[in-house]
Amino acid sequence: MINLLILPILIPLFTAIVLIFMVKYVAAQRVLSVVSTLGTLTASIVLLMKVRADGVQSLNLSSWDAPFGITLVSDMLSILLVTTTSLITLCVIIYSARSIGVERERFYYYAVIQFLLVGVNGAFTTGDIFNLFVFFEVMLMSSYVLIVIGGTKIQLRESIKYILVNIISSAIFVIAVAYLYSIVGTLNMAHVSERIAEVGQPPILTVVAVLFLIVFGLKGAIFPMYSWLPGSYYAPPVPILALFGSLLTKVGVYSIMRTYSLFFYHDQAFTHDLLGILAIITIIAGCIGAIAYWDVKKIIIYNIIIAVGVLAFGVSLLTEESIRGTIFYIIHDMIIKAALFLMIGIMIKITGTSNLRQMGGLIKKYPLFGWSFLLTCFGLAGIPPLSGFPGKLMIVRAGLEEGAYVGALTVLLSSLFVLYSVIKIFMNGFWKAPKDYPGEDQQPVWFLWAPAAILVAVSVVYGVGAETMYPIISQATDALVNPTIYIDAVLKE
Amino acid sequence: MRTNDVILQTVSKIVFFIIILFSIHLFFAGHYNPGGGFIGGLLTSGAIVLLLLAYDIKTVAKGFPINYITLIGIGLLFAVGTSAGALLFNVPFLTHAYDYFYLPLLGKTSLHTAVLFDTGVYLVVIGVTMTIIQTIGESE
Repeated sequence: MINLLILPILIPLFTAIVLIFMVKYVAAQRVLSVVSTLGTLTASIVLLMKVRADGVQSLNLSSWDAPFGITLVSDMLSILLVTTTSLITLCVIIYSARSIGVERERFYYYAVIQFLLVGVNGAFTTGDIFNLFVFFEVMLMSSYVLIVIGGTKIQLRESIKYILVNIISSAIFVIAVAYLYSIVGTLNMAHVSERIAEVGQPPILTVVAVLFLIVFGLKGAIFPMYSWLPGSYYAPPVPILALFGSLLTKVGVYSIMRTYSLFFYHDQAFTHDLLGILAIITIIAGCIGAIAYWDVKKIIIYNIIIAVGVLAFGVSLLTEESIRGTIFYIIHDMIIKAALFLMIGIMIKITGTSNLRQMGGLIKKYPLFGWSFLLTCFGLAGIPPLSGFPGKLMIVRAGLEEGAYVGALTVLLSSLFVLYSVIKIFMNGFWKAPKDYPGEDQQPVWFLWAPAAILVAVSVVYGVGAETMYPIISQATDALVNPTIYIDAVLKE
Repeated sequence: MRTNDVILQTVSKIVFFIIILFSIHLFFAGHYNPGGGFIGGLLTSGAIVLLLLAYDIKTVAKGFPINYITLIGIGLLFAVGTSAGALLFNVPFLTHAYDYFYLPLLGKTSLHTAVLFDTGVYLVVIGVTMTIIQTIGESE
């Protein structure tokens, strides 16, 4: 079946359309979204195995040959990210069934989630720079709806900022693509890479590279383009926040990875050093935010920014080891951030507040929840057997080898701040004297805990089984470090 | 005192049909001449908006008892269904087919599955435009 590549995009798209018709039947919507997302996950795992066996897969849509039509390309990196995305979305949908509220569910909530999945999976899979823009927009439009759905005052205020920032960055994206097209005369990513290699990246292409960095930095929250993120992500309810925090910024990081390893690798002294410096400042800014707040949502939101900084630093080195570390870390980070957001969502449900000072003593009543939260915290900080460790280790080692001592040291120190910030949640929320929370008995704590626990379990397996994952990650690295693998698979020369 | 819009309403009734015909013409012209699903759909909704201006929302809803959000869904089904039809023949997604047919009255005509895709675009554009206009018009 040559169309296997399109299934992780097509299944959610089709589901979203069907969900439009059955908007009144909430129970049926829940069942259909869970079943179809399971289908998406299965399709992506099958595709993952195919890529593992046969190398990079590509599909020329409409049967037009490679540089002329739109090509979908699934190398190991994209399919790993697609699989992770499908898994996270599945868990978030299960979580939503008991937490988002019928009011929102009646307003096309599940349909929009499926459209978001279409956008993210599409952005990871496409092999055409303008098609990437289109999938970005599919993703962003869905996120606009998700950020404002429910229509509370804070959501309305923050959605205006969010939409404004993203419209501006999308406009810059179009301008950047227009510049690129006027220089190389093609939009197919493999073909662009080939043409840039022919002319050897003159200064104008470096300018385009920086433009792309601004665009993807705005989407992925890199210093100084991150200032919209803490406020906007604070507004929507927790399941939506979990989707945003684990998926949206990572699409920006993925795009930087793709463009900076496939297109603009000829003049690294300027572009990659710039990315490295910005990454270090991003980490520092994130650390300051993460330790400054006493609000659980804010703390985790700033942790997103730290992770983006670490990933960007890994990309900026562009050695085989740093890329391997970055890929290890990006998958870990997506899973663990989703788990963490779902967990603090349960804390907020129980206590009815997101202020850490008003919580306490949760471990007395919910020991299993408490210890799984601690496990998530250790995973996030990168304590050795858990999933945060191998990625960060490789990034730091690559940094030391390349002589980027400041960056490597910042990454190491940032782990300390990350650990401090999440342990602060654990010590103040779970330990200390128990308090009375009105209405906590009505909350479906164990139902909500289950999907979060699935994610934690996956991340633990991912961390402990790092040895098994290593060859798969290495395969993903090869296509990124040697653009010829990617180009040959697409242009079939 | 309520003003009498008899001239506006009478003219709208006639002009409505002319606009609809023109929009259908544009829709079918799309393959060989400027036009297509997007502009065709926009013009069709333009015609309905003209009726909305001349009458009120209730009267127009009685004339067109359509749920425009469902119309968006149907349009999307058309577009995705046509593209996904390629999966049945094991050719890449979005691959279209065409052939020549001898139709009564029209004679030799080329029929292309891309028209079905365009029909999807046409319906979605009408659905989206009318949903936006009606939602804004109904909210107090």
